[in-house]
Amino acid sequence: MIKVLLVDDEPLARSILNEYLVDYPEFVILKECNDGFEAAKAIAEFEPDLIFLDVQMPKINGFELLELLEDPPAVIFTTAYEEFAIKAFEQYAVDYLLKPISKTRFDKSIQKFSSQNINLSKEGTKSFIQEVNQGNSLDRVLVRTGNNIKIIPVSKINYLAADDDYVCIYTDEGSSLKKNTLTYFEINLNEKEFVRVHRSYIVRINQITRIEPYEKDSHKVILKDNTSISVSKSGYTKLKKALEA
Amino acid sequence: MSQSGQPILKHKFLLLSCTIIFFGWAVIQASTLYWYSIPLNDAVKDSLISAFTITVACYVVANALHYYQPGKEKVIYILVWIVSLSFLSLATIRYGIRWIIPDDDYRLFVNYSLPLRFLAASLLIGWMAIMNVLWNIQQNYSEYENRKADAEKMAREAELYNLRQQLQPHFLFNSLNSIIALITKKPEQARTMVFQLSDFLRGTLHKDDQKLLNIREELEHLQLYLDIEKVRFGHRLNVILQVDKSSESSYLPAMIIQPLLENAIKYGLYDTTGKVDIRIDVQKKENLLQIQIKNPFDSEVQNIQKSSGFGLRSVERRLFLIYGRTDLLQTKTEKHIFTAIISIPQVS
Repeated sequence: MIKVLLVDDEPLARSILNEYLVDYPEFVILKECNDGFEAAKAIAEFEPDLIFLDVQMPKINGFELLELLEDPPAVIFTTAYEEFAIKAFEQYAVDYLLKPISKTRFDKSIQKFSSQNINLSKEGTKSFIQEVNQGNSLDRVLVRTGNNIKIIPVSKINYLAADDDYVCIYTDEGSSLKKNTLTYFEINLNEKEFVRVHRSYIVRINQITRIEPYEKDSHKVILKDNTSISVSKSGYTKLKKALEA
Repeated sequence: MSQSGQPILKHKFLLLSCTIIFFGWAVIQASTLYWYSIPLNDAVKDSLISAFTITVACYVVANALHYYQPGKEKVIYILVWIVSLSFLSLATIRYGIRWIIPDDDYRLFVNYSLPLRFLAASLLIGWMAIMNVLWNIQQNYSEYENRKADAEKMAREAELYNLRQQLQPHFLFNSLNSIIALITKKPEQARTMVFQLSDFLRGTLHKDDQKLLNIREELEHLQLYLDIEKVRFGHRLNVILQVDKSSESSYLPAMIIQPLLENAIKYGLYDTTGKVDIRIDVQKKENLLQIQIKNPFDSEVQNIQKSSGFGLRSVERRLFLIYGRTDLLQTKTEKHIFTAIISIPQVS
């Protein structure tokens, strides 16, 4: 049995997939989801092997949903938007169906999925989503705690700290953990607004109230909320440059 | 870009040509005089004075014609410049030489050679003037070419955008997908939707950008669009349309509301996961037909102004092209409601 989820915000778009899947009794639809939040919950609950995923959805899109999952299932994207990075689709053997979806094209997709090792398909999803998120300009960060998904606008981030395999994101409302590297944020955050002052810290420049010397060769910055953050020697150079600009 | 770089480049050229003129003139004149048995000392003095004066005259004529735009009626203006500068420089040379070489024989020789000197001077100054005018013509031409290319590119892009807008591929593909889903389950509804879709598309294709439509016609067309969107998102899309009687005989450019409604639906639907209310209010206020469209949005999730910029801008641009006003489209965001208001001036 292959466990399947359908994720699309249009009921009719799901019903056509439902109808096409009748021909494949080994594919069992466990749930149909209206949006990314429902899908995240359902994926945690049912651990599907395959999801049919619409790209354009309310609040969080298909790519963002996948990025939140530690262990994403195999994916067949369904979309009317041809402009989405088709190169990446092909490179990572992730299939996509363009709406309107024909039965012939759908059958091909199922055959392709069945012929592939399922673990390989899952790996493909992972690499694909990494590739897709690389070039995206970062204006919000999605974090997941249990079944809750929180959307943090970048404009609300005060500073970020590395924490093993995670990055801890601090806002006025508190902190959230996100599985990612600090380097990812260093590359994707606007360098005019954020500076990596230390191997383990990125700080929003306009949160800094003052810079104080600290031991020899190093400094620390004091933020508006009185947090004090270590600044390394190279971080100090970068900070000075950013403040002068 | 060429405009800011051009004067510097031109100035460099001018300095270079002045240097060449100075040395060229000095060497040629000195050798000619020497050839006709003038003592080398006098020949060099005479040549340096002449070369310096002519070079200054060339520099002056080049600067005077710096911004000269060629035009037939102004040829005389160039000639006057050339002749007067030649006279002026000849006079300067004559008195300069008399002062530096106080020799009566040499003075006679200078007077004797004046016509020749005048000819040479006016030819050189004239050449300088013509070079400048040619340069200006060439610059004007390439600027004109650039502007023309820019304008053509803009027109092409606008046309492409219009075509794409008319076809609305995403809307079309998603609707076709819905129709396919309906065909087996609810064939009657599928058929209705095909008719709605074709009526809507026919409507968009036949609309003339410049023509004004009665508000009723435009609303009928919008209704088709809404009916199709309701098939797709009916479970959570609710549109409240309120048309005030006062607006009945108002006119507006075709398809001006639709992009805004499309935005409202898109952001309403994509910013919330629950039910979405979209309000459209149409009324006439004094001489303005006002259409107000409100949709819920989530300021934390996305910045509607930024992401829907293109749709809003194209409406604004059309309104500007038709009415020459930039204040006809207003948008505001309050709490979780985004409002767009279009005002269409009515001719009474």
